Amino acid sequence: MTIVFAIFLLTMLVITAVAIVQSSNLFVSVMLTSIFSLLMSTNFFVLDAADVALTEAAVGAGITTVIFLSALALTATQEKPNRSGRGIALIVVGLTASLIIYATFDKPRLGDPDAPVHQHVAPYYLDNTMEQMGFPNVVTAVLSSYRGYDTLGEVFVVFAACIGVLFILDARTGTGPKYVTRKMTGLRHHLIPQVVGRILVPFIVLFGLYVQFHGEYGPGGGFQAGAIIATAFILYSLLEGEQAALRAVPRSAQLGLVICGALMFGMVGVLCMIMGGEFLDYSVLMENPVTARQIGIIVIEAGVGMAVCGAMLSIFHAFAARSAEDTDEAV
Amino acid sequence: MDFAQHLPALQVIVPLLAAPLIVLLQPRGFAWAATTATAFFSFAVSIAIAVRILAGDILRYEMGGWFAPIGIELRVDAFSAIVLLIISGAAAISLIAARNSINQQIEDHRQPLFFAAWLLAIAGLVGMVVTADAFNIFVFMEISSLAGYILIAGGPDRRTLPAVFKYLIIGTIGATFYLIGVGMIYMMTGTLNLEDMAQRVVGIEDQRPILVAAAFVFIGLALKAALFPLHVWLPNAYTHAPHMVTVFLAACGTKVAVYVLLRFQFSIFQSFGEHLLQFALFLMPLALLGIIVASLVAMFEGHLKRMLAFSSVAQIGYILMGASLMSDSGITASTLHMFNHALTKGALFLAVAKFATQYADLRIDSLKSAARSMPLTSFAFVIAGLSLIGVPGTAGFISKWQLIMAIMETGNMGFIMVAIVVISSLIAVGYIWRVIETLYAIPTDDLPDDAADVSVKPEKIDMLLIALIFTVAMNIYFGLVPGLPLTLAELSSKILLKVEF
Repeated sequence: MTIVFAIFLLTMLVITAVAIVQSSNLFVSVMLTSIFSLLMSTNFFVLDAADVALTEAAVGAGITTVIFLSALALTATQEKPNRSGRGIALIVVGLTASLIIYATFDKPRLGDPDAPVHQHVAPYYLDNTMEQMGFPNVVTAVLSSYRGYDTLGEVFVVFAACIGVLFILDARTGTGPKYVTRKMTGLRHHLIPQVVGRILVPFIVLFGLYVQFHGEYGPGGGFQAGAIIATAFILYSLLEGEQAALRAVPRSAQLGLVICGALMFGMVGVLCMIMGGEFLDYSVLMENPVTARQIGIIVIEAGVGMAVCGAMLSIFHAFAARSAEDTDEAV
Repeated sequence: MDFAQHLPALQVIVPLLAAPLIVLLQPRGFAWAATTATAFFSFAVSIAIAVRILAGDILRYEMGGWFAPIGIELRVDAFSAIVLLIISGAAAISLIAARNSINQQIEDHRQPLFFAAWLLAIAGLVGMVVTADAFNIFVFMEISSLAGYILIAGGPDRRTLPAVFKYLIIGTIGATFYLIGVGMIYMMTGTLNLEDMAQRVVGIEDQRPILVAAAFVFIGLALKAALFPLHVWLPNAYTHAPHMVTVFLAACGTKVAVYVLLRFQFSIFQSFGEHLLQFALFLMPLALLGIIVASLVAMFEGHLKRMLAFSSVAQIGYILMGASLMSDSGITASTLHMFNHALTKGALFLAVAKFATQYADLRIDSLKSAARSMPLTSFAFVIAGLSLIGVPGTAGFISKWQLIMAIMETGNMGFIMVAIVVISSLIAVGYIWRVIETLYAIPTDDLPDDAADVSVKPEKIDMLLIALIFTVAMNIYFGLVPGLPLTLAELSSKILLKVEF
């Protein structure tokens, strides 16, 4: 049954991808990429990768789409007709695809317990997570402790993306907007989204907090939680307008969240060094190494959540502020 | 806390954690000072590392206290040490010289973000070099690439943004190809640690995925390294970037990709089949073509920065040609040229940045008689240009000489390659001479000579000029006393070829 479902999903994925390339309307393309991510997320779920599925759903299908849409508000919705070079592109993509397919002829069967990936480091993680970390989610253990340095790197990738957007769009990082617009923004005059949205916002935040703090026991963790909570605030700003959202969480607070999150993660690592261990070796933080690791992981996961949430909000508001300016200039 | 034990980690995390701090505390002028101080600290750390390496150590560091391959291991040997010196040295020199130039090109309120990006670029590049983990390389490649896009996007010209966008798309494709390759190797070996991978790759019966992985890793990194013909992003990116960013990126940006490429080719794919032979056969023609074509384009290029950018593409060709010889002396020449070219191109772009303080237009024609008003800068440009050509007494000569010696060892085919090196050096004479001729041209205006001399503003002596003179002096120093980089390069080639550990 699963295999039928998987084939169906993959077929839909290919159809969506072709549709994205074919469509010359950018709005349609953006919506289709959202569907693509949702399908991808379901695929990950079918493959039993619940953590990845959750991330893909929150980031790929959710926030990325909103950011694409707010970027689209700054440009045209129709793609310029430019057909040159498509033939070459098709050939290159075709060649790359056939190379990958060629490689898969010798690949281990899906789910084969004898495959190298299940024989080497993975058994160590599976056997030792409970004993060394004191919680069952192996994915969280790998991300936040065994390979915590990679996660620190990813947090700084998010940080780099955030300052990159702020730098290029030149959004001021100071407090408050430069001017107050009188006109109604958001969806205030639409009653149904308004009512439904208002009910949803607190529950989304609550769910985000659950994902954040339950990450050690179930699928989830800082990345997903940060994205989910950011979604709630973005929904709020879509409903109530840019100004109201900025009153709730000003720009400086958004950037502050990113900086504090990234620094919190890094400082835990530095603290470990000062206490005599290696960078990010949480076990030295307290007498009992298992408790110490748990505490370290809770703190760094909180840092990850803050950084991701702050970065998403900063990027979204940088685009939104830019489009507000442009419409003002046009008026 | 034992300082020496943490050296590899400090190399990365100090610039990494300084970046958010700079955005957090943003008083005026602080960003530049703090960034420069951090860069100098990084430079000190890489010197300390180099000292340990020269004493015969290999530095290992278990991140998070987890042994490899369970956790991520940092591993620094001679090859990493020389690249670390290049990165942190380039960062320190370009930053200390950067203040006025950046004030001119970046508005005050945007500077904290800009310098934070610069720190992230340093952290990303050194992160790729110190780590011994294939996926960790990707993570830091992302940091350095994103930061690099931000730095280049700081350019004042509107044409900067299309240039960055092109670089961003190509860079992302490069990183994705690398990741696909690493994914395939992981699928077949179950490990991400480079050393572990090199051992486990040997026993694999089904070699197809590894073969395809080699192709993906090669193409991905070749895109990042701007190997001809995958260099199209580089000239525009270098031309439109802020001048000091060009100094930094031209000195070390592409070389880190070359570093990772050589690591993969020699330590992981080396062990299997006739890979090295195939790699050489594939790489050598590209390197030779790159040297000739890019030099010719530089010859006919009218914009000073773009001309030097094309010359960089040719130099990447030299570096990879040395590697494609697959011999001890070839790889020594290649590694040494990475170091010397960083010095030379760094000096040339520093001179360009200095010219830019008085000449808004950097087309070669508009720099006519610049030597009158800027004698020191022009003279420094001449010396650095000689080093680029490879005149004896300069650093450029040492590595070209090494390269020619390495080629001669190969025998019959060698003469063609030597001919290509000589011809391209002659072309370099051509394009450098064109600039020198313009700089020292006698002004043809109607004014009497004395009046013209009075009206010329004297050259201002600032940090930029001092850094330029220092770098040019280093070009001569390492041309006369090449001991340090040569020893490190020789050790590197032994490590890559596994002659001894």
